This record gives sequence, structure tokens and C-alpha cells, in this order.
Amino acid sequence: MSEPRFALGQRVRIAARDVAVHHRVPAYAQGHVGTVERICGLYGQPETYIHGDGQPFTRLYRISLAQTDLWPDYSGSSRDRLDIEIFEHWLEASS
Amino acid sequence: MSDHHDHDHARTFQPDHTEPTSDAALLGLALRELLISDGHYTAQEELRMMDAMQKASPHNGALLAARAWTDPDFKHRLLNDGANAIKEMGFNLLPIEFTVHENTDSTHNVIVCTLCSCYPRGLLGMSPAWYKSKNYRARVVREPRTVLKEFGVQLGNDVEVRVHDSTAELRYMVLPQRPRGTEGWSAEQLAAVVTRDALIGTQRDLDINAVAD
Repeated sequence: MSEPRFALGQRVRIAARDVAVHHRVPAYAQGHVGTVERICGLYGQPETYIHGDGQPFTRLYRISLAQTDLWPDYSGSSRDRLDIEIFEHWLEASS
Repeated sequence: MSDHHDHDHARTFQPDHTEPTSDAALLGLALRELLISDGHYTAQEELRMMDAMQKASPHNGALLAARAWTDPDFKHRLLNDGANAIKEMGFNLLPIEFTVHENTDSTHNVIVCTLCSCYPRGLLGMSPAWYKSKNYRARVVREPRTVLKEFGVQLGNDVEVRVHDSTAELRYMVLPQRPRGTEGWSAEQLAAVVTRDALIGTQRDLDINAVAD
């Protein structure tokens, strides 16, 4: 679990899941593809903290998303970004 | 003084104007009593934590910004490993990854926590009420330029906007641009022009005339 599954700059998709436990993935980001901006540390999972100690501790990433991709009607610059923290088990490789 | 509780660890609860009446408030108080009586932490530890929280303020962030402007090596460490860099200045947010993003001529950063109200409280003190509002949290991610304009920040399309959504274990601060006309200023003078909103990113240009002599 200590080796990051994803590399800096890699394209990843944030999973879209309807789960009934507390998690930290806002609906607006689910299903979107971004790039790994930063590989962060290992932290307890929000989903398992509710009934324990957050095991297994899981890699956290910062994912950088294009605003024009997140919001079809986005009116700012095409270079505008939104960076968000996502745990590894919510990410999958994307082309 | 309230005489509802007369055992020692009750003294750390300081009522405002009214006694708690909502179920949630009473549940919180009961949980706190249990945590203390079961020895998870002591009332003294709670007081020390509250004291430290009260003492934290945006001035701490201003000191970091001023040092970064006057000490390029420190700035490098602050931007690359904020959590450890701030320890040099006597601050500590570990194990939280404290992350600093630098504004430049071509980039503007702004911080939000859409899911709740995550904020580096131990460093910058209490967050402003608007930071916790649903209006700010919902809108700054999807129309940041409009929200920034409402705060008085007008950005051309030559400036890239980067919104940082503080969703998990990281806490953020913006390093504003050093204002023009401050050449030769001391770190103390510089710190005095840095505002809380500039550290969040809802202010871009610092006003060097705002400093009281």
C-alpha cells in the first residue's frame, strides 16, 4: 500500500459511486478525468473512520481538473483549473 | 457562573448567552463529558487546545508571507514542504500537509472546502463566516471569476485561476504577490500589509497604504 499506484502527471478518472457512507468525494468531481498534480501521504479512509480507525491507510492525491471539463457552461479561461484531494481507491487509470 | 455542573472538568465549558437546548448541542456536551471521564483527554488539555486555537490568527500567515518575500530559500521550502517549513517559524500543523500556493502575474489561487469548512485553523485562527457559507462553497468552484469579482478581484483571461478544494487531509494558504513599492521594507513592515482574505485568495492586490504607522 505504500507505493503510489499512480504517477505524477498521469491521467486518472475519479470514480462515480453512490455509497451510503461518509466519504470525501464531492458529486461535482465524480466521473471526471484529471491529472495527478501531487502525490500526498497515507491517511485513514473517511469511509472506515466511521466505525474504526480508518484502516487501511490509503494514498491521497491531488487531482487537477480543467474547469471547462467540469462545467459545460464554464465562462472563464480554458486554462482555469480546480485541484482536489482524492484517495487512491476512488481513482482509476484513464487514457 | 453556571451552577449546573460543579465537578472540575465542567469548568472548561463556557456557556454563551443561553444554555444548550438542541439535541445536537446536548449530545455534544454529553460526548465531551464521557471522553473526559473515560480518560481520552483531560479538561486541562482541552483548555490548552482552546487557548492555542484562540491565539492563532491571520497574522501568523502574514509572517510566513513576509518571510517568503524576503528569504528566497525559505520561500522555496514553504512552497515545496509547507508543513515542515512553518516549523522553522514556530508553527506546527503536522500531521496535516500544509500546502502553500503562490500567486504570480499569470496565476491566481483561491481556497475553498466545498464539503464542510476545512481551514488551517491552528495557524490562521477561525475562518470567516462567508468561508463556511453554502453560497461561497458552492459557487467558488463553478464560477470562481464571478465570486472573485464580488470580492473586488477582477481577473483578465491572461490570469489562470486555480481553485483548491480542501476535501481531505491537506490545508492550504495562498502566498500573495509582494506589493510594488515595498522595496527595502522589513519583514515586519511587510507582514502588516497581508490580510486574511489575501491568504485565502479572495483578495489579490495588497494595499501598502493600509498600514498604520
